[in-house]
Amino acid sequence: MSLWSRISNAVHGERLNREIEEELQSHIEEAIASGRDPGEARRTFGSILRQREAGHSIRVAGWLESLLADTNFGWRQLCRNKVTSAAAVLSLALGIGSCVAAFRLIDALLWRPLPIANSSKLYVLSRQMTGLYGKPAEDGHWATPDFNLMRNAVKDQADLIAISDADRTDISWSTDDDIEKAHVAYVSGNMFPLFGLEPALGRLFIPADDRPGGGPYAVLSWDYWNHRFGRDPHVLGSSLHIGDQIFQIIGVGPRDFTGTETGTVTDIFLPLSVNSLATQDSYAWHRVFMMLKPGVNPATALEPANGLEQLRQHLSAVSHAFEAGCSTCFRGVPQATIDRLLNKKLVFYPAGAGISELQKDYRRLLGILGLLVALVLLIACVNVSNMMTAQAAARSQEMALRISIGAGRRRLVQLILAQSALLALLASVLGAFFAAWSAPFVLSLVNPPDNPARLALPADWRVLLFGFGLVIVVVLLLGLLPALRASAVRPIAALKGGEDPHSPRRLMRGAIALQVAFCCLVLFLSSLFVASFQRLQNRPLGFSTDRLLLLQTVAGKGQLPVVWNQTAEALRSFPGVNSVAISGWPLLGRIAINSDISINGAPPSPTPAWFLNISPGWLSTMKIPLVSGRDFGREDTSPGAAIVNESFARTYFPGQDPIGRTFDRAGNPYLGAAVRYKIVGVTPDTPYRELREPNRPVYYIPIDQVDNKSAPTSVGFATFVIHTDSQNPMTLANSLRQFIAQRHNGLRVSNITTELDLVRDQTIRERLLATLAAFFAAVALLLAGIGLYAVLNYSVQQRRREIGIRMAVGAPRSRIVRLVTVDVFLTIALGSCAGLALGFGAARYVASLFYQVKATDADMIALPACAILLTALVATLPAVLRALRTNPTEILRAE
Amino acid sequence: MAKTDSLQGSLDLLVLKILSRRPRLHGYAIMAAIASTSGEVLRAEEGSLYPALYRMEEAGWIRAEWIKKDTGRRARIYELTDAGEKQLGVEESRWQSVSLAINRVLREV
Repeated sequence: MSLWSRISNAVHGERLNREIEEELQSHIEEAIASGRDPGEARRTFGSILRQREAGHSIRVAGWLESLLADTNFGWRQLCRNKVTSAAAVLSLALGIGSCVAAFRLIDALLWRPLPIANSSKLYVLSRQMTGLYGKPAEDGHWATPDFNLMRNAVKDQADLIAISDADRTDISWSTDDDIEKAHVAYVSGNMFPLFGLEPALGRLFIPADDRPGGGPYAVLSWDYWNHRFGRDPHVLGSSLHIGDQIFQIIGVGPRDFTGTETGTVTDIFLPLSVNSLATQDSYAWHRVFMMLKPGVNPATALEPANGLEQLRQHLSAVSHAFEAGCSTCFRGVPQATIDRLLNKKLVFYPAGAGISELQKDYRRLLGILGLLVALVLLIACVNVSNMMTAQAAARSQEMALRISIGAGRRRLVQLILAQSALLALLASVLGAFFAAWSAPFVLSLVNPPDNPARLALPADWRVLLFGFGLVIVVVLLLGLLPALRASAVRPIAALKGGEDPHSPRRLMRGAIALQVAFCCLVLFLSSLFVASFQRLQNRPLGFSTDRLLLLQTVAGKGQLPVVWNQTAEALRSFPGVNSVAISGWPLLGRIAINSDISINGAPPSPTPAWFLNISPGWLSTMKIPLVSGRDFGREDTSPGAAIVNESFARTYFPGQDPIGRTFDRAGNPYLGAAVRYKIVGVTPDTPYRELREPNRPVYYIPIDQVDNKSAPTSVGFATFVIHTDSQNPMTLANSLRQFIAQRHNGLRVSNITTELDLVRDQTIRERLLATLAAFFAAVALLLAGIGLYAVLNYSVQQRRREIGIRMAVGAPRSRIVRLVTVDVFLTIALGSCAGLALGFGAARYVASLFYQVKATDADMIALPACAILLTALVATLPAVLRALRTNPTEILRAE
Repeated sequence: MAKTDSLQGSLDLLVLKILSRRPRLHGYAIMAAIASTSGEVLRAEEGSLYPALYRMEEAGWIRAEWIKKDTGRRARIYELTDAGEKQLGVEESRWQSVSLAINRVLREV
């Protein structure tokens, strides 16, 4: 109460003064009224002003009043240099806003705990192993029977939970014609109870729901219930169709729970056991989470030789025994591959923030983004700090005067910190708006537009706390140096006309070196990322993406090849369609299947080859030429003929003509028994699975498949590859989808895209990184240029006397130019070297994000160096001209 | 006997006591009351009265209020709060013990 009144009095200082004065005045009047002599009464009372001051100081919070005065003064200072202040606020706002936006993204994707009970006790099980091409790999997916064994083995110490990735699935809420997409995740029945989740409506799964023969139930996420059903409570009991299965909705999950796959919002939860894969020994298809039982301390749990290490070894042994004993897992697989697949190390990772591919793909990118924005903020801070140092130097006489008449040094520091706090606050308000816009914007660039990444980006206490801490740091960075400098003023020296005139310049030059180093680091990393993206984007494809529409089509339980071929034939006569072919799946899409290859019945070679089922004419539709041999004809079936790419020929038939030779696709649990192919044609290499990886051996086989009795087998899914007349193939998308649906032959279009989009989707991460890096590099360069200009300008202004005298005694112009620029360029050279050294260090950490560029490439080093040099030249030019225009007579006269 | 201005830190006690007997007084009236009840022996100077009033107001012992006087001018009047009531008790007992102690010393010597 009393503190509050003192604070309010401090804010209304003038009013308080009036009130005190009125009271004192009325006192004197009372005295006169009671018969005292007016003059005598006034004299006894003494000076009203003094009395007022005494009363005032009791009734206000002094610290606040001085703070207000300083803020007021700081505000006037900022208003006096409007352009400089605006530039300072804008650059700081950009820096602060970018940092907060980067924090929001990093926090949302990597750090924010899932909204579940005991998220700190949640781990995910994974296996470290040697990958296909000898590189270390991680396998985070498990077979359900394996999961069941492990769950029973450790049920006393921990609970295991199975959760599949939330795949985009075709679902229907009525008939089969009305298909839509939803993210469907299969979860074990213990997930909801163990996560301590309460339903928003109805009920959630209990373990009894997740048994073979248990009710086919489904639970909706709150988010899906909200946007698909508008929170209609009558959704309970309605039927959900997925393929030929029907599920009944029994409940809606809690409001903020969107699954454990950070970046993807799960729409529908289904019990694990309803998926037909759940009984297969050889299909690893879901993740396994582990929730420690109460009493196991997660902080010490991962150290060796305690409970959790034993748990790990126990699980590892159970899982290894399962896989080694799995009769169907390795049927037909060569022994070397079996050994490789069985040699795995089971590991636990904390999964309190969820687990997803998005995290894996973007962890380093976000780390780099964080580094870039932090550097840009630092550069902006150095700029503004330099500006304030210059202003403080210009005010050193004022400071000296203040100290001489008794201002405490603490008060002087407060004066300057108030000004920097004012700058930082203005900037943080602008920055907050920038962060509010930019974080969702960057997130929207993360995934393909038809399947965007979705993260909750709330502006909650985590973000506010970070923003607050950031502003404090910025205030200190900005103000501390000028404040300490200003308070170190020795009044006697300053009043005499300046002490060491070089000291503020020395400080500013150090700041410039720092700034150039940061700028160089940003430029260096950016040029690496931009070059990576360009090289990746310009990689020769070997096929044309022009006007290619892809209809990814499914056929329930499968249709015979003749149905597919008839549909393709019908599509050919559709107006606007140029040519039509069929492939099992598109190149560079999400599907990629490999197999082992054996030549002449020998054991399979260690390198697998990738394959694709294609129809006759697919090669010409894709504009893939034949190097030799022929395309498939109508009569070709699989097994039978094959077309291989040059890598395949080189790998398996080195130095021979592959045409006419045969190879066996080795059998495995997924593809069935081994089958033999005869090579009829050879094509050039094309990327198959990923744009980033080198070309792999690929063989094409006919889409018409026959079984071992030469009867055609049905095809469950395939892609119509359509070359359209129109420049934008998507214009045909809807009419072609309806055209296929109207044929009522069991085929249904599940997804429509273009080959161009698939290729583009391959470079999304690189494009995002290159765009952001280029943007921040430009900002850093601009800020560094402004900083350089300001410092040089200031230094020339400070040295006007010296320059004037030198000119008067006959120094040539070249000498003046050298005088002004030589140490600045030395500083820049020093800063650049430091920046490049930092850059090499940082590049090592992110080498996995590069494509065909190395940090040591000469042009990668030359580019940032040239950019900085050019900026420095442009920035120093005005100051040099100004130095040369110095008029010695004028200077000397003024002195 | 000379009039003494040095109330020796007992100004608070006097003001609180006066306000407890006669609430709602303005500064001049408090000063006058101190003078008259002490038989013109004790005198509170304006220079110390008002700071003391403000200090006690910030401490929450007394509260102030503006009223309109007959002359049309405003006056600021003071009255005791509950906390002030308690403080008065504390000050009174302290004064008693101090004066007792001083008396004892005077008797002994």
